Amino acid sequence: MKFDRRLLTHFEWLLPLLSLAVSTLGVMTVYSATHAPGTEGWSPLAFRQLAWLAGSVAVMLAVLAFDYRRLDRSAYFVYLLVLLAVLAVPILGRIGGGSRRWIRVGPASIQPSEFMKLALVLVLARHFSRTPGARLGLRELVVPLILTALPAAAILAQPDLGTVAVLGVVSVTMLVLGGVQLRWLAAITAPVTVLAPLLWGHLKAYQQRRVLTFLNPDMDPLGAGYHVIQSKIAVGSGLIWGKGFLRGTQNHLNFLPEQHTDFIFSVFAEEWGFVGAIVLMALYFGLVMRGLVVASRARDRFGVLLALGVMAIVFWQVVINVGMTTGSLPVVGIPLPFFSYGGSSLLCLLAGIGLVMNVSMRRFFF
Amino acid sequence: MASRDFHVVPREVPPELQVRVVAGAIAVLVAFALLGTRLWLLQVVHGPEMRSLSENNRIRLVRVPAARGVVYDRHGEILIDNRPAFDVVFVPEDAHDRRRVLRNVAAYLEESESSVHQMLHAPTKRPPYEGIVLRRDLDWRGVVAVETHQLELPGVSVQVGPRRYYPFGPLAGHLLGYVGEVSETELKDAATGYRAGDLVGKASLEKSWDAELRGIPGGQQVEVDALGRRMRVLQEVPDVPGGTLTLTLDRDLQEAAERALGDAAGAIVALDPRNGEILVMVSHPAFDPNVFARGVRPDEWRALVEDRRRPLNNRAVQGQFPPGSTFKIAVATGALEMGAANASTGVSCSGGVQFGNHFFRCWKKGGHGGVNLHRAIVESCDVFFYQVGQRLGVDGIADYARRLGLGVPTGIRLEHEKTGTIPDTQWKRRRFHQPWFAGETLSVAIGQGYVTATPLQMAQMTAVIANGGTRYRPHYVKRIEAPDGTLREEVQPEILGEAHLKKSTLEQVRAGMRDVVMTEAGTGKKARVPGIEVAGKTGTAQAVKLGEDRSGTNRGPNAARDHAWFIAFAPYENPEIAISCIVEHAGEHGGTVAAPIVQQVLAHYFGRNQGPSLPTTQEASLDANTTAMPAAKPRASEPEAALAQADELDHAGAERRLEPPAASPRASDGGSGGIGAAQGAAEPRPSSARAPR
Repeated sequence: MKFDRRLLTHFEWLLPLLSLAVSTLGVMTVYSATHAPGTEGWSPLAFRQLAWLAGSVAVMLAVLAFDYRRLDRSAYFVYLLVLLAVLAVPILGRIGGGSRRWIRVGPASIQPSEFMKLALVLVLARHFSRTPGARLGLRELVVPLILTALPAAAILAQPDLGTVAVLGVVSVTMLVLGGVQLRWLAAITAPVTVLAPLLWGHLKAYQQRRVLTFLNPDMDPLGAGYHVIQSKIAVGSGLIWGKGFLRGTQNHLNFLPEQHTDFIFSVFAEEWGFVGAIVLMALYFGLVMRGLVVASRARDRFGVLLALGVMAIVFWQVVINVGMTTGSLPVVGIPLPFFSYGGSSLLCLLAGIGLVMNVSMRRFFF
Repeated sequence: MASRDFHVVPREVPPELQVRVVAGAIAVLVAFALLGTRLWLLQVVHGPEMRSLSENNRIRLVRVPAARGVVYDRHGEILIDNRPAFDVVFVPEDAHDRRRVLRNVAAYLEESESSVHQMLHAPTKRPPYEGIVLRRDLDWRGVVAVETHQLELPGVSVQVGPRRYYPFGPLAGHLLGYVGEVSETELKDAATGYRAGDLVGKASLEKSWDAELRGIPGGQQVEVDALGRRMRVLQEVPDVPGGTLTLTLDRDLQEAAERALGDAAGAIVALDPRNGEILVMVSHPAFDPNVFARGVRPDEWRALVEDRRRPLNNRAVQGQFPPGSTFKIAVATGALEMGAANASTGVSCSGGVQFGNHFFRCWKKGGHGGVNLHRAIVESCDVFFYQVGQRLGVDGIADYARRLGLGVPTGIRLEHEKTGTIPDTQWKRRRFHQPWFAGETLSVAIGQGYVTATPLQMAQMTAVIANGGTRYRPHYVKRIEAPDGTLREEVQPEILGEAHLKKSTLEQVRAGMRDVVMTEAGTGKKARVPGIEVAGKTGTAQAVKLGEDRSGTNRGPNAARDHAWFIAFAPYENPEIAISCIVEHAGEHGGTVAAPIVQQVLAHYFGRNQGPSLPTTQEASLDANTTAMPAAKPRASEPEAALAQADELDHAGAERRLEPPAASPRASDGGSGGIGAAQGAAEPRPSSARAPR
């Protein structure tokens, strides 16, 4: 492939800088969350996260090397590959925290369901780049729904409710932006939203508990409420300026099983206070907004939808995770993007950022 | 082309999509504004409140353990219950001056300060603000002392929780099992759903039925003050108690059986041949599960584990013993089925049989004379079974032994059930890479050599003969109920297999067993219960390994002595109970030691607990005869003659059962009235064994 000078002149700076800023804060907070008071040196988890960050940045830059339009052709191939990996998890996978989500690859454990988020965005972008521009009917809905339902069912069986929720909202976002008429969307979601609570109400308390603990094994009815209370206390007790780096107290009580993953925001907010939390939110906001700007300027529909899909992944995870840690949304296992401990998530997100950069830098190519 | 401005590249993006992107941007703006507001409310508006709650970890989660299910016997008597117990719990984070608090606690608990300190530094990792139990099961005086001095004892509290209680102590302890704190390995198994500190079943019923008994723990979110005292309960999830079990066990009968076995090591299993329900399961020596319920101390645990008599071992399902002559029931069944013998088969017993260059003895030195199958069972003639066993072959014997449930798991729901060994040619090749030697078949034919079985298997075999050939799964739980009394499960009898025996076979074997007890010549007369026709079979199994020092210094003074067996069913016509009894290292015969024990159990079962009504003169002659039987002592000088073993097998099976021509008589079966007078009456025996049982 010959090198094109225009790539450099149009290099996308804002997206990588913002995501790197968030990732760095993330490594720092993982360090704090896993740091045992009174000990010296790095915790192995923070170190591992740093290693993942370095590798992920390399992948992000590597993604720039080819034209994103080539993915248009291989989208289904990538999707199938990831779907197979997801299906292989029950056979090859190892158990962690009550469910089976990881596959061991060399020195690292990867979580195929994280990759599914990106793969789903890819196929949906491809699908909607070939449909008429707007006012899509029921027929165009069938394929995307199947594409979403297949991995969702496999991941639900792991069970990993959080990832399924992300796949769901990202898929709906893509449907809306892809041009499906809102009334069709409503026609499909309405029966589910009406029937589900009705059915749920008919279940006995112990049956509900059984369903809930199946879907989310980390949660026990009392424990989850307790986690939310402790998380709220942690966030709130940060006040305006926070307790200072490594000075969080709630953090060291081990009240949460997931303080370096799903509940990491509470650790950050406790130590850096309202100011820190707002700065972090501003970074996320800037990142998503910049992504939307890239999308609006993209040259073709595939590029627009790809950029929108990646941003939808980031946006929804931020909203659900922060909503959960501040006690505004129910507890589901969703990581804070770029921030929570977890290599697969970081790798996918930075690869996604690479794709959006790719779209941005090739907007003048044809 | 070249003149085209970069900024007017034609785009293939429809305007609708542009509109939607803008709408998306607005949605993002709104969402982040909401998150910012939420953070402002939490951190700025309610911040100070949250800060004060964060100090001292004011809101804590307290798990409320679920009450374990209660266990009843078949008549509704409580076998396992719960009682409230008070534990002293200390949360070190709540005490500013830990040393002083501990000194005070030690004083109120009347314990040394150092022992309290020791508990504080237990090896298990403790999350902050999680309490340490300083003392379990505090008595009332201690509770009052701690409660009234709360102010001097910040961080110390008394917590009430249910404790397992076994009202009858060691009664059926091996079947009921015990509970204990969940172990690290059990915690790692995610499927169990255990949490640190849970009490879980550790053995037998408590373990095998843990899921049914456990219930679901509840919990409380409590707000505490600066001293760690509870201020209020914020949220509560009630616990769901575990299910209630009703057993098939009969407590009264169990007690009678435990009493009958007394201090002897051994086991008794009684079951209902009509459905496999276990009525009695005794294993002695026993232990008291209450010791585990209150938390077993290390020294107590060591004593239990290191006890040579192995009180924790459930002999009924884990003890593998050579069945001795009780095994002749299986051989006789096989012989009749396969045509190796019929009612008129006659064998002449002259006190032994020469095989190769070895002489295999009958227990009756003078021989039985002409013996048919019926008499061979009744008087337990070894020579008859040597001959018939040879004709049947070891594989034929093994086939029928297995059909009767030997050598295979009984399928009872208890952990670590042993299967015993039923040898055949294949087994020998697999195990020792050796062909089967014909001489070994002779040992097998009288239940020695490689043959071993558990007392439960022997009871099951008896039940199969009693009910006409059906092998039921032995079970001890009849019913599971929810705490509110609604039925969850009624355990149904389960048929594991059919032996497919001819009617004539069953009739002959059963008639033989009846006359073991009901005739004067029978070896099991001491099992007679007035008014009930009892059928049974005696057995006396040699317990020493070949070549082992028979003085048995390694395994206790009695290790060389024979095991006494008795199996029985009753009533003869419509059997309701099948029973097996072994007295380990009794040093006497099944007919003298085990049969009277079975008699007591049967007598209790049939409600006629007045003892045997044999004429006293006959009793006296029985005792005289048994006294005359040689026991351990004379054999102590001839280790090479020793026979089968309790647990492990050695590969000298071919030599087994062979003896120097002039050796002392081999005990393979029970001494009883009118026989054996000629057998070395002059030989001395320990006086302790002389006492009639």
